[in-house]
Amino acid sequence: MSYFRPGFRHPELPKNDLGYTKQQYEGAISTLCAGCGHDSISAAIVQSVFELSIAPHQVAKLSGIGCSSKTPTYFLSNSHGFNSVHGRMPSVATGANLANRDMIYIGVSGDGDSASIGMGQFAHVVRRNLNMMYVVMNNGCYGLTKGQDSATADVGSRSKAGSVNRFEPIDLASVALQLGATFVARSFSGDKEQLVPLIKAALSHSGFALIDVVSPCVTFNNNPGSTKAYDYVRQHMQTTSLVDFVPMAEEITTAYGEGESRGVTMHDGSVIQLHKLRTEWNPEDRQSALNALAESRERGEVLTGLLYVERDSRELHETINSTRTPLRTLTEKELCPGSSALETINNSLR
Amino acid sequence: MQRINAVNDFVIKFANVNGTGSASANNLFAKAVFRMGVPVVPKNIFPSNIQGLPTWYEVRVSEKGYLGRRGGTDIMVSVNPQSMVRDAQEVEPGGYFIYDSTKPLDPRLLRSDVQFIGIPLTDMCLRTYTDPRQRQLFKNVIYIGALAALLDIEFGVLKDLISDQFEGKEKLIAPNVHALEMGHQYARTHYECPLSIRVERRDLVGDAILLDGNTACGLGAVYGGATVAAWYPITPSTSVVEGFQRFAERLRIDPGTGRRNYAIVQAEDELAAIGMVIGANWNGARSFTATSGPGISLMTEFLGLAYFAEIPLVLIDVQRAGPSTGMPTRTQQSDLTAAGYAGHGDSKHVLLFPSTPKECFDMTAQAFDLAERLQTPIIIMSDLDLGMNEGMSAPLQWDDARRYDRGKVLSAEDLDAMSERFGRYLDVDGDAIPYRTYPGTHPTKGSFFTRGTSRDEYAIYTEDGAAYVRNMERLLGKWDTAKTFVPAPELHSAPHQTNTGLLYFGTTTQATMEALDLLAEQGIYVDAMQVRAFPFHADVDKFIESHDRVFVIEQNRDAQFRSMIINEMDCSPAKLVRVLNYDGMPITARLIASAVSAQSAAGAAAKDTSPVAKATKVTHLHKGKVERG
Ligand SMILES: Cc1ncc(C[n+]2csc(CCOP(=O)(O)OP(=O)(O)O)c2C)c(N)n1
Ligand code: SF4
Ligand SMILES: [Mg+2]
Repeated sequence: MSYFRPGFRHPELPKNDLGYTKQQYEGAISTLCAGCGHDSISAAIVQSVFELSIAPHQVAKLSGIGCSSKTPTYFLSNSHGFNSVHGRMPSVATGANLANRDMIYIGVSGDGDSASIGMGQFAHVVRRNLNMMYVVMNNGCYGLTKGQDSATADVGSRSKAGSVNRFEPIDLASVALQLGATFVARSFSGDKEQLVPLIKAALSHSGFALIDVVSPCVTFNNNPGSTKAYDYVRQHMQTTSLVDFVPMAEEITTAYGEGESRGVTMHDGSVIQLHKLRTEWNPEDRQSALNALAESRERGEVLTGLLYVERDSRELHETINSTRTPLRTLTEKELCPGSSALETINNSLR
Repeated sequence: MQRINAVNDFVIKFANVNGTGSASANNLFAKAVFRMGVPVVPKNIFPSNIQGLPTWYEVRVSEKGYLGRRGGTDIMVSVNPQSMVRDAQEVEPGGYFIYDSTKPLDPRLLRSDVQFIGIPLTDMCLRTYTDPRQRQLFKNVIYIGALAALLDIEFGVLKDLISDQFEGKEKLIAPNVHALEMGHQYARTHYECPLSIRVERRDLVGDAILLDGNTACGLGAVYGGATVAAWYPITPSTSVVEGFQRFAERLRIDPGTGRRNYAIVQAEDELAAIGMVIGANWNGARSFTATSGPGISLMTEFLGLAYFAEIPLVLIDVQRAGPSTGMPTRTQQSDLTAAGYAGHGDSKHVLLFPSTPKECFDMTAQAFDLAERLQTPIIIMSDLDLGMNEGMSAPLQWDDARRYDRGKVLSAEDLDAMSERFGRYLDVDGDAIPYRTYPGTHPTKGSFFTRGTSRDEYAIYTEDGAAYVRNMERLLGKWDTAKTFVPAPELHSAPHQTNTGLLYFGTTTQATMEALDLLAEQGIYVDAMQVRAFPFHADVDKFIESHDRVFVIEQNRDAQFRSMIINEMDCSPAKLVRVLNYDGMPITARLIASAVSAQSAAGAAAKDTSPVAKATKVTHLHKGKVERG
């Protein structure tokens, strides 16, 4: 089965700075369940990339396996995509990024994909500070295999099948912070207002940017008693601040008073504007983010928004000092030392 | 006592303790013989341990240029009390046992058929050096000096080697030469030199080099244009990526910026290593990894993905003795089926079988062309014996006119010029190899979705059985195309008509070549074919067809290579005779020759008029097993 959107386009659809319409960032029609949180996240990605005027082919989208990992088919159809194997998207993204540092990498994963089978790769991609946006579509269960508890399910959370989780959850945002992640955010698939600026900020970050998005599974885990259900999240959602993303070269027009706002300037000149900051929390202090997460967890709240950002983050290519030219574009001229160098080597082996 | 009389034809073995610096001294010995123009075959037999366990270094000196392991020891240099009993027993009758005579020899070790030569190594070191590390290191150099006198090795050659070795650290030259002199002096004053076994200068090595296969693979990856290496350390493959790194640090630095024209990542495990390699190749970079058996097991799921999604990659498998952790520092050819058929479902992979360091270099460089041409994994099946031992090899060569074959890749211009819809998995040319595009090529054309799930010719997900079958059939077609690209086998025809053939590959090659001579001495003539790749070339088919009986020589228990022949070809299993060696030591010519001659006594191989001679000593038959198919 394959679905295509009709080719007809209204001639006066708005275009971005590059002259592309939003439709040119869309993907195939989703085959996920109607109402699945993951589809809202796909829509937020489309909107963000469109509004940021990133050429669609400048993006590569990668995923593991799961309902969440299917979504790259449903956004940015003019971008190359790679649906790899369960839990191993981080390594594939690492290789892809090493091959060409000039593209933008979007990784999509699920809570099963990242917090269970792929926990090892998740941890290591964080500590390498690979330059990518990593979105976890977190529904507290394994959607694609029909609703088993995942490792992010909260203690006491009840799934539709009625089982109650008794194991401690893995909080990917906290884990990432502990592993040295340089951009960590949490959001909710039902809150596009918050999600879009966070995605934009994550895409502008140079280094590893995690967005853990609570994304209810309407089919297996959206029932009363589940802490990953729409109702629960709406009722228990708290934010660190209101987030506004101002791309480079745009003027900041803030509607908030002095002292209420704070701007974080990214390496490319764009600014994350934070308003109504939560007290005791500093977006550039890792420990305060960890504390805020721990406290809200104690209270049964879901803390969302930007949690931490490190402006002068050093991405993997800088750490390993690789050439600024994408490696994949190098030719024999740069790569092959030739016969005379080989003769010198031969001589040293006699 | 009857002594072995030998010029340039003997096996000497050094018994040392791991971690005492003996390796570089023993290497000095091998290189000195090599520089005297005499072929050498050094083999390191080491434990899975960093310090303290017994380790051996065996050097075969072969005037005839045989490069396999011979078996047996004519001279034992015993510097390890732990293994002394066993070492003394191992010496061939008429041979020599050279030992540290600081302490008197246990009389129970004495043998009447072996000559014992004592040198008070520890005592000499204690008297000369105060620093404990020096005492240990120079002990090794002293016995090399003594061997120079005993075996008639030119002292000047050793001195030159020392100067080469310590280039840039000239302070160390004099003390090393002094230690050599001490040993030399001692041997000359206490023993009649040379012994009945000795080295004589020849001109038999020509322009050959001494190189280990892993370094050759690493260098091949530099020349082959690899830019991304991802790996997880495992013996015996570790020195592949280390070799790549060493050469890349010298040869791949951008002169303008000082930045690296390569990237190396030490991954968290082999799954991640091959995942990175897949990602990099998918995105248009040449990328490789190296591992050994346990890593192959972990990479299996990803190999299936690369096969099915048609992503090029190069994987170097330096095989060791399995199963499981097996004997991690011993050699085998036992990953054949695991690598050849890695992945669930119907999947198979191109394997290359290097047999010399030069082939390691050539095949690694070629593997990147093959991988991109065929859009599939190429696995180089090296092993510990080839990978970690320095071997004599023809010099490495590179044709500066050579260009990388990047395979079927469409550029933005190609896409713009196309009138038809781009189909990632569409067989346009009839060779079953489709076209691909790199990510980021064109804003609106040529993008596609790579996946391990079934898809149609346009890379669109489908569960349609017919589309799935079309794709699987095309992959089989590509397998046939691969047969025309991979290195062809090499035939060695017997001087006489024969209905017996030998099939061998990789590191069984050297021993098999020697076995052919041993058999000829007995009047047994057989045709021989070195297989260099899987899928098997059509010539392998013909070879099997044209012989009544074919010995398949390999280094594993289950005759995996033979199974693959039976699996891939229409031939009668009954005519494929297993010749197996899998004790972890490299196969010997003696084993192969005795296996073949034992069977040939039954009468199938061509013989000249004389009956089967009893020339071959069947000393190592216990290490292998011969069975009728
Ligand atoms: C090696 C392997 N084991 C098991 C599976 C089966 N499997 C497919 S998706 C999945 C879980 C997905 O959960 P999650 O990542 O949370 O994604 P969701 O469907 O919830 O979005 C599992 C176990 C698989 N594809 N591969
Ligand atoms: S099963 Fe759950 S996660 Fe999967 S598509 Fe349906 S709602 Fe979404
Ligand atoms: Mg899930």
